[in-house]
Amino acid sequence: MATRDGIYATSRRSRPSHDTGPAGSTQPTGQGPQPDAPRTDAGARPEAPRRTRRPRPSAVARSAATPYLFILPAFLVYGAFALYPLGRAAQFSLFEWKGFGASTFVGLGNYVELAGDADFRAAIANALLLIVFYAVIPLVVGLVLAAVLRRGQVRGMGFFRTVIFLPQVIALVVVAVAWRQIYSPNGLLNDALRAVGLDVLTRGWLGDPGTALAAVGFIGTWVEMGLVMLLMLSGMSRIPGELFEAARLDGAGAVREFFAITLPAVRGEITVALVLTIIAALKTFDLIYMTTSGGPGNTTTVPSFEVYFRAFELREVGSASAVAIVLTALIFVINVGVSRIGERAS
Amino acid sequence: MRVSRVETAANYVILVGFALFALAPVLTIVLTSVSAPLGETGGLHLSNYVDAWTVGGFGRSLGNSVAVAAIVVSLATVLAILAGYAFGTMRFRGSTVLFYLFLLGLMIPTEATIIPLFFDLRTLGLTDTYLAIAMPQVAQSVAFGTFWLRSQFRALPTSLVEAAALDGAGPLQALVRILVPASKPAIVTMVVLVFMWTWNEFLIALIMAPSGSLRTAPLGLANFQGQYTAETALLAAGAVIVALPTVILFLFLQRHFIRGMLEGVAK
Repeated sequence: MATRDGIYATSRRSRPSHDTGPAGSTQPTGQGPQPDAPRTDAGARPEAPRRTRRPRPSAVARSAATPYLFILPAFLVYGAFALYPLGRAAQFSLFEWKGFGASTFVGLGNYVELAGDADFRAAIANALLLIVFYAVIPLVVGLVLAAVLRRGQVRGMGFFRTVIFLPQVIALVVVAVAWRQIYSPNGLLNDALRAVGLDVLTRGWLGDPGTALAAVGFIGTWVEMGLVMLLMLSGMSRIPGELFEAARLDGAGAVREFFAITLPAVRGEITVALVLTIIAALKTFDLIYMTTSGGPGNTTTVPSFEVYFRAFELREVGSASAVAIVLTALIFVINVGVSRIGERAS
Repeated sequence: MRVSRVETAANYVILVGFALFALAPVLTIVLTSVSAPLGETGGLHLSNYVDAWTVGGFGRSLGNSVAVAAIVVSLATVLAILAGYAFGTMRFRGSTVLFYLFLLGLMIPTEATIIPLFFDLRTLGLTDTYLAIAMPQVAQSVAFGTFWLRSQFRALPTSLVEAAALDGAGPLQALVRILVPASKPAIVTMVVLVFMWTWNEFLIALIMAPSGSLRTAPLGLANFQGQYTAETALLAAGAVIVALPTVILFLFLQRHFIRGMLEGVAK
């Protein structure tokens, strides 16, 4: 599910351009606010020399302090409840602390321990496998669905779009309840297998160490495919219809058309989709908490579950914070890395 | 553009297949929610909803969710409008750096801030309060909303602000009387998204209210699952109750949801 902290500016188009840069920088260009051509300045003293005065922030904001006053309330809340705690987490990660009483400074000890920690390694390995289910498979499915909707001239496009997107808006806790029932020993999946004579395959899918991770991952596929489809659809809506016509006239089939026209047009959206879904895979907390609690053993644990488990079950706050910092770094690296690759490809 | 009949048929097979895949778990839970509870047989049991409501205490947890959502949505919207206005229409020293700082907030995972927030707020005696559950979500939403509304305000013609200036409006008047009304669709989209995220939020609500007195709806459901694992029918009814508000909102305001999702991630 795309969450508040899962929405990122990734494409180059969107980078804040510098035309709102510090006052006194280069000439403003483009459609950005051009607050201060002197002649808009109330018109009172159009002839007055203004070179030495800093331009006002905008036509209605006279004082230089005005913009800061407007930003201040948002910044106080954001600083106090996001930036400051992030710094505190980095600080916590350098200590050994049970959550109460005295703490011991251990430097980078917590990080060094993580390197040899079997559960942490399992969490990273599991997260990498979950990426296949959360990002790679939904990307393929989303591309196919969007391509079909874009050029297939199907009726009921709105219906299909809504239905396939629906899993995105359902609380993951509810999603977990639904899929637990499907995966349970007497659930829908086993019923279906029995119905076609595949009784040997039936099992408690979430309790079997061999299938638990894939079972959780498959839920991720179900949740993310609608988001990816929609992103692809928005990219494809920019392709002019004549391009398809031309390809058809040249005798291109659906497959060739897809690789020649459709795919190149949505590279930017693919980048965005990958960033969002990969991060969703790393941050799978609700689903894991509700379906497997990381088990059996550590077969389904992920970094975000390790953060919770270490801090509030094992009472290793320092170690939990170290995992949290590693997770944050990982998210930054993926965000920047995937965007870079996307930019280079286009 | 013409598409061959075979291809059209194949397209429908693909679409119907995935639509069924998307709907199957939803239908499963809805059907289970009206199936026979433990110790009863056959028939349609709408009474499950009543039982789940009382046994699971969903009246209280839904009320908590409404309160948290009201705080987060209203506060985040007002703060983001003010900040987005400054970033979107004013020139000032340090605006780029400050804006990047807000942008950073879109990348900070909850997991990284929740541990210090819990222990620091506990020291202050503020855990198990609406403030503890709501404020971290306000912070995240403000980061998103500032980013979202900045581009909205930037896209408006500068002549709007200039006209307001000629009428003698101050910065706040120009915002409230001219820019906010002109930006209604973008603001509604933001409200809808923030509401949905807040309603579905799990980790923050789980950690910030350890006593359970301020359990939000998703936590109420998690708790219900922990206590009545075997009562699949009641559990399913509870799940439907928790999911319903966002699903209904989605079905009514699809355009806003979809537009927000797309623009929010693509911008």
